[in-house]
Amino acid sequence: MSTGTPLPHDSAHLHVTGQARYLDDIPCPANTLHLAFGLSTEARGQITELDLAPVRQSPGVVAVLTAADLPHANDASPAATPEPVLAEGAVHYIGQPIFLVVATSHRAARVAARKARISYATEEPIITLDQALAANSRFEGGPVTWARGDVEAALAGAAHVVSGTFEMGGQEHFYLEGQAALALPGEHGISVHCSTQHPTEIQHKVAHALGLSQHDVRVEMRRMGGGFGGKESQGNHLAIACAVAAQLTGRPCKMRYDRDDDMTITGKRHDFRITYRLGADAEGRLVAADFVHFARCGWSPDLSMPVCDRAMLHADSSYFVPALRVESHRLRTNTQSNTAYRGFGGPQGLLGMERAMEHLAHSMGIEPAELRRRNFYPATAPHQSTHYGQEVDDCILHALVEDLQKSNNYATRKAEIAAWNSTNRTLKRGIALSPVKFGISFTLTHLNQAGALVQLYADGSVLLNHGGTEMGQGLHRKVCQVAARVFGIDDAAVRISATDTSKVPNTSATAASSGADLNGMAVQNACETIRARLAEFMAAREGCAAHEVAFAGGKVNAAGRDWAFTEVAQAAYEARISLSSTGFYATPKIRWDRVAGQGRPFYYFAYGAAITEVVIDTLTGENRILRTDILHDAGTSLNPALDIGQIEGGYVQGAGWLTTEELVWDGKGRLTTHAPSTYKIPACSDRPRVFNVALWDAPNREETIFRSKAVGEPPFMLGISAFQALNAACAACGPHWPDLQAPATPEAVLAAVARARGEA
Amino acid sequence: MEISFLLNGETRVVQVAQPTMSVLDWLRAEGLTGAKEGCNEGDCGACTVMVSDAHGTRTLNACLLMLPQLAGKALRTIEGISGPGGALHPVQRAMIDHHGSQCGFCTPGFVVSMAAAHKNGRTDHDDLLAGNLCRCTGYAPIIRAAKAAEAEPVPAWMTEPAFQSAQISSGGRGIASAGQTAPAFLPETTDELANWYEAHPEAVLIAGATDVGLWVTKQLRDLPEVAFLSQCKDLAQITETAEGYEIGAGVTIAALRAWAEGPHPALAGLLRRFASEQVRQAATIGGNIANGSPIGDGPPALIAMGARLTLRRGDARRTIALEDFFLDYRKQDRLPGEFVESVILPKSAPDLACFKLSKRFDQDISAVCGCFNFTLKGSKIESARVAFGGMAGVPKRASAFEAALIGQPFTEAAFTAALPALAQDFTPMSDMRASACYRMQAAQAMALRYVRARLGEPVDVLEVEA
Repeated sequence: MSTGTPLPHDSAHLHVTGQARYLDDIPCPANTLHLAFGLSTEARGQITELDLAPVRQSPGVVAVLTAADLPHANDASPAATPEPVLAEGAVHYIGQPIFLVVATSHRAARVAARKARISYATEEPIITLDQALAANSRFEGGPVTWARGDVEAALAGAAHVVSGTFEMGGQEHFYLEGQAALALPGEHGISVHCSTQHPTEIQHKVAHALGLSQHDVRVEMRRMGGGFGGKESQGNHLAIACAVAAQLTGRPCKMRYDRDDDMTITGKRHDFRITYRLGADAEGRLVAADFVHFARCGWSPDLSMPVCDRAMLHADSSYFVPALRVESHRLRTNTQSNTAYRGFGGPQGLLGMERAMEHLAHSMGIEPAELRRRNFYPATAPHQSTHYGQEVDDCILHALVEDLQKSNNYATRKAEIAAWNSTNRTLKRGIALSPVKFGISFTLTHLNQAGALVQLYADGSVLLNHGGTEMGQGLHRKVCQVAARVFGIDDAAVRISATDTSKVPNTSATAASSGADLNGMAVQNACETIRARLAEFMAAREGCAAHEVAFAGGKVNAAGRDWAFTEVAQAAYEARISLSSTGFYATPKIRWDRVAGQGRPFYYFAYGAAITEVVIDTLTGENRILRTDILHDAGTSLNPALDIGQIEGGYVQGAGWLTTEELVWDGKGRLTTHAPSTYKIPACSDRPRVFNVALWDAPNREETIFRSKAVGEPPFMLGISAFQALNAACAACGPHWPDLQAPATPEAVLAAVARARGEA
Repeated sequence: MEISFLLNGETRVVQVAQPTMSVLDWLRAEGLTGAKEGCNEGDCGACTVMVSDAHGTRTLNACLLMLPQLAGKALRTIEGISGPGGALHPVQRAMIDHHGSQCGFCTPGFVVSMAAAHKNGRTDHDDLLAGNLCRCTGYAPIIRAAKAAEAEPVPAWMTEPAFQSAQISSGGRGIASAGQTAPAFLPETTDELANWYEAHPEAVLIAGATDVGLWVTKQLRDLPEVAFLSQCKDLAQITETAEGYEIGAGVTIAALRAWAEGPHPALAGLLRRFASEQVRQAATIGGNIANGSPIGDGPPALIAMGARLTLRRGDARRTIALEDFFLDYRKQDRLPGEFVESVILPKSAPDLACFKLSKRFDQDISAVCGCFNFTLKGSKIESARVAFGGMAGVPKRASAFEAALIGQPFTEAAFTAALPALAQDFTPMSDMRASACYRMQAAQAMALRYVRARLGEPVDVLEVEA
């Protein structure tokens, strides 16, 4: 059986030999032109003078375009509200594209782009959350509030209540391959290559920008060098720019952002401030929770509204709270327009609750993991529902967490650490457990669909195509394994081709962890259609029932006799049987009323838990992760090696978000951490010294593709355990609540140590 | 300028029209697109290549390597790591078997770093891979792969005879050839360099190009005249003298670190955290000093050791205390046409300790770097040399703090009492790396760490195990 086998990534051999081709590696025609944006150097104001003569005179420049030169729509927005590709009079952040340089080389374009003479009538920029609140600068008019129960009454009657304010920073995606696009003008329409998670949206945006129909625009995408949500909408600008320039010049046009430009132009994970009040009864059972989310959205809506929605949907984390209220402020600032990033707001919402739980445990003197256990959604009937009305009938956290705690001696280690801390003055260790419950499905219900095209050739080889994109997660390998299993053939007989809008139309972004769930089912559907034709053909030929024809081990068994699958394919071809099929899938059972905040937005939940141990230096706040143990729920894994890869990588990325990765803007609104020299993603030695990852091996209760579960985003939130462990180490320094803020840089840890000691 | 070098085993003779062109840009224009541009500033390692010469094999960032630096060397790219007929190198096989690639964009750089370590018999993977960033895997499977490949023999194709044949082409050393945008000079001796630089004081001297490279890739500057020091072998010597050791300005940080393991282990420990392997193999101690950065990690340690600097202009030399070289932010006591020729270190500094503080442990720039060197007479402090980076516009001694402790007992109480003096020595600033307040706290904390460590208390997070 192909699924369940730990096969390597479908491009592993190409990766390790340097032959895997990314956008910038595609050989370009000799007359290809290269593009660069000229960027705003002011965060807010009107352009009063735009002198582009020095840009036009710069060596190698072929054309310079402004908003006025765009032939059709000047819109890169993934949302209903337009977002100009090139500024139209007003500028909204430092780094906003104002004009487009078309030149004979990448460097010539970059050099020229810095030569414009621009005058601005500047206004005071709105950079921070406080500035946005003071100016009432926000989207959607006012906050969005979803609630269940009488929260105020429940808090008033609670035996214990904690309250606080928690700041968590944003996060740069730092996909290793920067944004890039290439447009090739054709006889009819245009062909676009783009490093994107959403080829269909690129197709739409390019069509609008060129005044073409969608069938005139073909978008191909073989692989991305990382995405993490940062290539869901942020590639639109480059693709549109290339397409417009290619149409105007009649020449191929390519654009790739230099790393500093990429970090300066594109949106990031939303930073949040969350104020919380959490109440429990005398036994530590939660009775009420009240959260206010303040999200820095940046200058345009982009995907901020659904991001903030998902934060609200994860405000309960893994716990049943009878009365829960969450209020969400989507604040507009003169900074990069924040966007999708692995978890899509979920991590922020979930962390708000996890932080409050840690605070409650500290306040009540209950062991934090025990407090959590008491409040998990029930494992058995009667089930409880979330604050948005979805019954949680698949909660496996009780058993999963118990298993994890037992297998790595949580209680013993915790006692040993306390003893160690009592004899060490300068260094302190901390340990913490953090659970994850993450909802799987796009909250915009119509996106939960997928298409596939499967072609069986007469020699028995299979070529398949689907709407999902490969960004490193191993989607293509998993989907090939699905096809191999349905046909009962070897994985080597199945190949996948580049994602291509001319093969599978109207696709959704590869996002929301949904890639394998949606596209795997669509591919299965197409393969089953072809297999059914083969079965009928063989049944008729051999005189048995179609359902008696079996496909396994590269053989087809009919009427007690085996034929090679390859022979059957050839015979079916000669019998004039159609050997290609589309496939389709739409996720069942989901419904969601966003305005009311009610429904079943998620088909199911994915679960997991992590225990992390850290050490801090109480003199400087420096710290290391010593050990991490993870037990994660991937359902019946389609490919355990790829799933463990997602879990290890997700954990480290999540821990990075909350430790070393700090975005800093100066008062003028300039991002000062715009390169890896100043923005520090985890390096090799930052991974846990001891790192144990295991899969919780049990089938999904819903009928997903071979009962697997989505695994892209959920493990990211396991990194929260590292942050909680740091907070616990700070708490070992004194009797007070350390109130560690994120990211836990050495500076933040030292401030928390001082608070624990009552010195601040 | 014409240079020749070996590229994946084949001799290449290249007319260099633009001397500051990066090897990465050149390779990719040649169609060798395995090396990737991830950051174009030497921080991500996606462009890592392997360079060999008589001194051995090392990894370098191709984005910060300028073509003339390759003269006479053997370059191996990811395209040259596999063997005849596409046979996989053991680290390639292991990376597949252990699922070490996800998106694959960083993978060629990792594979080159791992193959170089494998060839050199090195197993300190965390250190050697600190300059290769991966955003997908969390590094665990990459380390599993590196360990799995350790026991495999070095493939025959990786141990071809050392590159001998390619020599710098005649007439290629001093020369603005037709069509060349900027004159470039490739001196072979320090005397040649000294004479030329005296006559061309506006020129830019390029040793490792790890800083000057950014002027080209990020500031998009066209440099006027340049000289590449990579062929000045006599500038890269370490010589023992009566008073100490004379370290040539062209000694790389990697070479200095390896050498310092013996006489100056505290310096070696600090240099372990200096940038990354790829940068340390290119960057030189002379460049680190001469560029005058307030946050370079070499000078604070060297000042605390009492290092002296030899400056040379033409045939004239002068020697000054290193701390006197740094006048103000990015301003040094250096005359036009004068260059750093060597730095002179004491024979030993057993009481030296160096502490680097940054957001990320590896491959980060210091928020604060503090170096302490106290000698005792009996139980009292006899002499003190304390220097910090990141606390002022230049690397600077903490004179008031030193003075407050001379003659005092070597105790935590004495250090605690002296801590306020650091506020007389420094008025640090806030930036993206740390706030001014935290910098001062950290500087004081380092002083306490020094005294606690010497008095035997555990203070190092790296020595704690789960």
